[in-house]
Amino acid sequence: MEYLSLFVKSIFVDNMIFAYFLGMCSYLAVSKNVKTALGLGVAVTFVLVVTLPVNYLLENYVLKADALVEGVDLSFLSFILFIAIIAGITQLVEMVVERFSPSLYASLGIFLPLIAVNCAIMGASLFMQQRQFINIGEATTYALGSGIGWALAIVGLAAIREKMAYSDVPAPLKGLGITFITVGLMAMAFMCFSGLKI
Amino acid sequence: MASLFSKKNREVLLTPLGLNNPVTVQVLGICSALAVTAQLEPAIVMGLSVTVITAFSNVVISLLRNTIPNRIRIIVQLVVVAALVTIVSEILKAFAYDVSVQLSVYVGLIITNCILMGRLEAFAMQNGPWESCLDGIGNGLGYAKILIIVAFFRELLGSGSLLGIRIIPEAAYEAGYLNNGLMLMPPMALIIVACIIWYQRAKHPELQESSN
Repeated sequence: MEYLSLFVKSIFVDNMIFAYFLGMCSYLAVSKNVKTALGLGVAVTFVLVVTLPVNYLLENYVLKADALVEGVDLSFLSFILFIAIIAGITQLVEMVVERFSPSLYASLGIFLPLIAVNCAIMGASLFMQQRQFINIGEATTYALGSGIGWALAIVGLAAIREKMAYSDVPAPLKGLGITFITVGLMAMAFMCFSGLKI
Repeated sequence: MASLFSKKNREVLLTPLGLNNPVTVQVLGICSALAVTAQLEPAIVMGLSVTVITAFSNVVISLLRNTIPNRIRIIVQLVVVAALVTIVSEILKAFAYDVSVQLSVYVGLIITNCILMGRLEAFAMQNGPWESCLDGIGNGLGYAKILIIVAFFRELLGSGSLLGIRIIPEAAYEAGYLNNGLMLMPPMALIIVACIIWYQRAKHPELQESSN
């Protein structure tokens, strides 16, 4: 039951985009059509689900005070190790996808390496560190929920932007400006999920 | 000295503040720009931290640029940036603990701030250390400028104060003035940035995009 609650909460209430603005750069850049947006959303979810448990184990069995050697606190190394793991796993995922599913690789190709610097991935690891999940299951659930939330947000925005191509927007607001306002309104809509309990 | 501040170098330093602003024109580093701006103080600290880190990482990568193998450059860049961010984060924890708690995960997220990677890839990999340093400072300050503008409006209208000092007089509240709580919520940050973009593009039509 806690898992379900955590899952739903990380999709809607603590949505990566609308509550914490994580992964905004690629969110704004790749939301021009639904298909690529969906591809990126799936890729981000996948990398999240792979990296977060690894970083969780690293955090709890290596970095925490007294975890590796009695009396040694390595937590100051967490930034470097987390990002190294994320960059490494992204590279690995890229190679695996290229080897086993060239068609998926072709459609995601450009976005895959960029995921390493997507703040949503790093952000989830840092939130994991801050919230102190009690076991690896919780961490994985959180990763899956955040990833789905992120994918939902980018597909939603892409759908709106596809329709917006036909509307008459004031010239200075065209492109970036109207996208920001749209995201703002979407975030306001998502605010009504706050306080949701299951 | 004259060559250190030649016309080209001044341009490198100053265009990111206006016409080539990292946030409103290059669309980099939006995540943290929106998240830390509910109050002015964390916004200023964040802006300065990013400026320092961008400048130093640009210098380091620019010095190393001829020795980094092309295939693993992203990882090398990330490690340099992560080391610098760790130093800044430890310094903040030591000397400005309250602000570092307020900034929470966003200090660590400077690592994945697109401004850093963007400038490293686009500038430091091709230019010498001094130009790269100026470029880093310019982009950092351009980012800080947007943060401070957004935070100014959000704190003034949302809590009626600036830097924690009350600005709206007590009498106004007695006369029925209310703080706009929505300003402190995440959505308004997006809308204020949109207004800044609107203003800037209305003034400089060459920045306008042709499609939605």
